[in-house]
Formats: sequence, C-alpha cells, structure tokens
Amino acid sequence: MDPLIFGFLLSDGLINGALYALVALALVLVFAVTRAILIPLGEWVLFAPLTQAMLLEGKLPGTVWLSAGLLLIWAGLDRRRGRTPLWLFLAALGVVGVGFLGRSVPALAFLAALLVVLPIGPASFRIFFEPLPGASVLVYLILAVGLHFVFQGLGLAFFGPEQFRLPALWPGEAALAGLPVPRQGILLILAAAVLMVLLYLFFRRSLYGKALRAAAVNRIGARLAGISVREAGRVAFLLATGIGALAGLLVAPLSNASYEMGFLLGLKGFVAAIVAGLVSYPLAVAGGVLVGVLESFSSFFASAYKEAIVFALLLPVLAWRSVSSRVLEEEE
Amino acid sequence: MRKGLVWLGAFVLATALAQAEVRVGVTLSATGPAASLGIPEKNTLLLIEAGKLDRMPKGVTVRFFILDDGTDPTAAVKNTKKLIQENRVHLIIGGTTSPNSLAMIDAVAEAGVPFISLAAAKAIVAPVDEKRYWVFKTPQTDELMSQAVVQDMVARGYKTVAYLGFNTAYGEGWAREFEKAAKAAGLEVVASERYSPKDTSVTGQVLKILSRRPDAVLIGAAGTPAVLPQRTLVEKGYKGQIYQTHGVANPAFLKVGGEFVENTLLPAGPILVAAQLPDAFPSKRVALTYIAAYEAAHGVGSYSTFGGHAYDAWLIARDAIERALQKADPGDLAAFRKALRDAIEGTRGVVGTHGVFNLSPTDHLGLKFEEAAVIVRVKDGKWELERSFR
Repeated sequence: MDPLIFGFLLSDGLINGALYALVALALVLVFAVTRAILIPLGEWVLFAPLTQAMLLEGKLPGTVWLSAGLLLIWAGLDRRRGRTPLWLFLAALGVVGVGFLGRSVPALAFLAALLVVLPIGPASFRIFFEPLPGASVLVYLILAVGLHFVFQGLGLAFFGPEQFRLPALWPGEAALAGLPVPRQGILLILAAAVLMVLLYLFFRRSLYGKALRAAAVNRIGARLAGISVREAGRVAFLLATGIGALAGLLVAPLSNASYEMGFLLGLKGFVAAIVAGLVSYPLAVAGGVLVGVLESFSSFFASAYKEAIVFALLLPVLAWRSVSSRVLEEEE
Repeated sequence: MRKGLVWLGAFVLATALAQAEVRVGVTLSATGPAASLGIPEKNTLLLIEAGKLDRMPKGVTVRFFILDDGTDPTAAVKNTKKLIQENRVHLIIGGTTSPNSLAMIDAVAEAGVPFISLAAAKAIVAPVDEKRYWVFKTPQTDELMSQAVVQDMVARGYKTVAYLGFNTAYGEGWAREFEKAAKAAGLEVVASERYSPKDTSVTGQVLKILSRRPDAVLIGAAGTPAVLPQRTLVEKGYKGQIYQTHGVANPAFLKVGGEFVENTLLPAGPILVAAQLPDAFPSKRVALTYIAAYEAAHGVGSYSTFGGHAYDAWLIARDAIERALQKADPGDLAAFRKALRDAIEGTRGVVGTHGVFNLSPTDHLGLKFEEAAVIVRVKDGKWELERSFR
C-alpha cells in the first residue's frame, strides 16, 4: 500500500476515532455514575447539529419545545414533592429564548444548539431514570432502548428524513507532514483529548468527582456520607449530553447530518466503551481510536463487510476482558 | 303496498348505481423516511380524485381509498388487507418503496386483486410468476436505468469505471444491474465498494477507487446520503466524471450537495426535464400537462418525478377500467378484478409522463428504455437535459 493512502486512511480513522472516543467518554461517564447504558445518547449527538441547521435556515426546531417541555415536566414532578422549582421554569423559558436568539443571529446558532440540547439529558434522567433508583443494569438498559426509539421518532418528526449540511467552524485544510487534513477534524481530535484529560482529573482528583463515583459504587454508603445520589445522576447526564452534543456539532460539517445517523454512532461509541470496560476514560479514548482506525482500513479493504468487522471487534475484546479483569460485584 | 314498491324501486336503483362504482385502494408512504416520495404521489392521486388532473373513465364513478403506511412494510401489508377486505377494492395502487411493494405481493395475489406498484425494484414484477401475475408497476427498473448510464459511458469513450453504492437493497440492485450491463458493453469495473446511508465517512472506499484510477464513478445511492461520497471524491481530488442514479432526483439533493454535485450526470425519467425535451418526444405533452396541473395546486417547482409515477399508474388504470367494463360488471367483485387485471396486461400505447406503456404477459412494466430514460446534468444547481436516446 502506498504511504499516501496509508496516511489518508490513518488521519480519517483518527478523526472518526475522536468522534467515537467522545461518545465513549460520555457513555463511560454515565455508566460509572448511574449504571445506565445510555443508548439514546446517539440521538442527542445528532439533535445538536440538526438544531443548528434548522436555526441557520431561520426555523425554530422542535428540539426547543422538547427541551423546554421536558424541563416543565421536571418542574411538575418536583412540585408534587412540595418544592417550588422556580429555576426550572426560568430554564425552560431560557431555552425558548435561546432558540429564538439562535434563529435570528446565525453566529450564535452553534452555541444556541448546544444550550438547547443540553437540558434534554438531565431532564430525561429526572423523568425516566430517577423514579427507579437502584434498579438493575438490565432494567436501565431496557429503559434506554425504549428512549432511543422515542427520541429517534421525534428526530424524524422534527427534522425530516433528509440530511443537512453545516458550515465548518474552522474551514479549510491543514498540511500535517505533507498530508492535507481538514481543520475541523483536528478540532474534533483536540476536543476528545482535552475532555479525556479533564474527565480523568475530575473523577480522580476533585472531591466532587470522587463523590459522583462513590454514588455509583455504593448508594447507601454515599448517602450516609452526605452525597446526593439523585444529583450525581443528573450531573452525569448533563456532562454526557454536553460532550455528545459538542461531538455532534464538531463532526457534522465533515459528514452532513441526518436524524438516523445517531444509533450507529452510539453503537460504535459503545464498542469503544466496552474496550474500556465501561470504567476507564483513557482506555475509552483508545477504544474509540481503535474502532475509528479499524473502520477506516476495513472500508478500504472490504467495504461491504466494514460494519461486521467493527462489531466483530467486540468478541476478542470481551473474551480478553473476561479472562484478564477481575469481576466487579453488583452492589446491593 | 304501493309505498313498499317505491322503496323496492329505490333500493334497486341504489344498488344499480352502487354497482357502477369502481373502488381504487391506495397505500402510500406519505410519512416516514420515504415521505418525500409518498407525498407527491398522494397529492397527485388527490388531484385526480378531485377531477383537476384527468377525466374519469366513461360509464362509472371511481372512488379512492387512500391510506398511509408510514414507510413500514408491515403497515403496507395491513393496509392492503384492509383495502381488499373492508373496502372491497377492485384495484390497488401504491407501495411507495420497493420493500413495501415486495411485501404487498402475497396479499394481493392471495385475494386476486390487480396491483400497480410505484416502486423501482425489478423483482416486483419479474419474473412474472403465479403471484406476480397480479402485479404491475410504472417506475423504471434499475436495469433500464443502468442501460442508460452504460450507453452514456460508452459514448463518452470511458474504458474503466468504479461503483460506490449503498449496502442496502437499492445499492445492491444497482451494483448487480450496472456491473452486468457494463461488462456486456466492454467496460471494465475496477472497483465495487459499499457504504451505509448512515455513515459519517467514506474516505476508505473513495481512496480505494482513486487508487484504481477509473475514468468514471457511479454512485448508487438515493436522496441526500448520496452527497457524502461525491463530496469526498471531489475533496480528494478526483477529476473523472461522476454519475449518480435517478434516486437523487429531488431538490434536497441539489441543496445539500451544492457545489460538490455540479456537473454530475444521472439517468432520469424524462419528466425531470420535460420542458427541455424535443417536441417529438412522446411523453413531453403529457408530462407538461401534469406539471402544469400539479404546480397550479402546489406551487411552482413543487412537482417531482415520483408524482409522475402515480399519474402513470392512474392513466394505465383508467384505460384498463374502460376496457374491463365491457367484459365484467364491477358489482361482481372477483370477475371484475380478474377482467381489470387482464385489461391492464393488455395495455397498449398508453402515453404517460415517463414514457409509453406497452404491457404483455411477460412484461408487467412495458417501458422502452429509449423513451423512458434520459441523461441529465446538474448545471448551476439545476437539472439540464444532456441527451436522450431516441
């Protein structure tokens, strides 16, 4: 194989790998704190660029109302518990305001899309996951699969079946060792690297991060130590949605965006997260890069079997993990 | 007693009137992923129902039952059974996508109801076996369109070609028909690659194609997902000719593709460029009439080739209903369904928007490629007639 093609495939693999790595980071984050496998994340990843595309066309996308609506339901649930969640009403109002602002000012559409999609994650946790505290991994998985179908259906209703094209945040190509690489791809790789380091430091070094992890490892112990398990879940979902939405916004200019791309994206991110055993952030990034590069090279050599090759990667990884790692006991 | 006679008379009259009614069942994908195809089809049939597009067959009233299947084959089959059993229809039109149409075949064959499909796959009507005896269709097949592409490639003196298509039924169908036609014409297919409509990158496939240096590349994809491979080819510096299939003939493709799809060649039904066709082109007049009526109702530039398939299905049906009425009475459900089937199979010289239909017991499409396909170029974000084969 000529070195130029090798270089192109490698850079393409690294860019896609960064995308899968970001999704994997979000999945690992949510799993580490709540024991939920967040399948609808793929949909949320695409909601962000699709929202941006609609805003740029001067339309107000359905995600604005979805996001505000979920916040209001959240507020309603809290009210029944005897609290007056004024800030939730303000947040719902803020989402609608941001939507209108993003629609009229194209330069702010990127940021507006991110802010509009952001509350969907924590609100979904509050509405769907929180009423089932301490349920088994399987129950959360079934719930997540159900939510995936709901959000995919909403995606079709909001954005239609066609793809959208988005302007690059950093247009043009940069020459790396004589190889033209899209600058937008470099941004994606940088985002994955920076977020990996931040998440690693946050969960290893900061007290708040440690508290979040404690909430997952032992719910009762964490509550005895004064840690709110509910809040831990919401924060995890918020961070995951943010990472996912950012990944979606960064990759969309490279590849166009449609509502149905999310699931496959989430699944590949999940393969990467499995490589990391659903616990390690650096390994999740490594897994994402592995999946991306493998996909890139297999699409060159055997494009018809590309998907099969990527998902077949799960088999040796699972076999290796089952013999090498110690089993993490389910608590409670 | 006298009053009773009047009632009896009224009843007989009412039954007689009811018998002179032909019921046409329609199931379309007006929502879901194929909505951009199903909506113009539905609009077209609604215009016909309202009498704004075409006259009704002589001697009967036609009643339409229009259902939506949401681009779901299971729902399409359920609709088909409902139309046959509850609405007791004489004819079914619809099945917007190939998977939907293929799924409906068993249901119509079992009940013995003629069915005119609006989907592309050749397998819907070929080979004409015991079940497909009841099934007809109006859109051009992959085989017919492949012929147009290959003839154009040969005429331009290309020797080596590559194919990059969906890993779905659409892409595989094109791969099979195109590679067969290309080999028969002496073209060398140097690469045949696949990608998923949901992929975010096709760089690997494109690099493989570039490394084989083909004179032309055919992208076998439908709708906006067809843009990504073309964009990647252009970005990676491919200088040869890029072809697309008729699956991209909608405005969304031009909008998302922008400068990347400029100068693309594609085979299409002649209605796409109806105004640019030579006056002697057989389907030109019908196509222009259809476009004028459709745009009068839905706005300038709103027509699409897909609505044309629905109109063609109606034109065949209207002609066949008139002939079937001489053989059987619509009140006798089974006999009229059979007579209508025979009449559709006997269709000769019906001029539609996509060509001239001449059906036979072995050909349930009945289009000739010279009249049903033209090559179109994307020029300044518009469709421009490149050549016709007549």
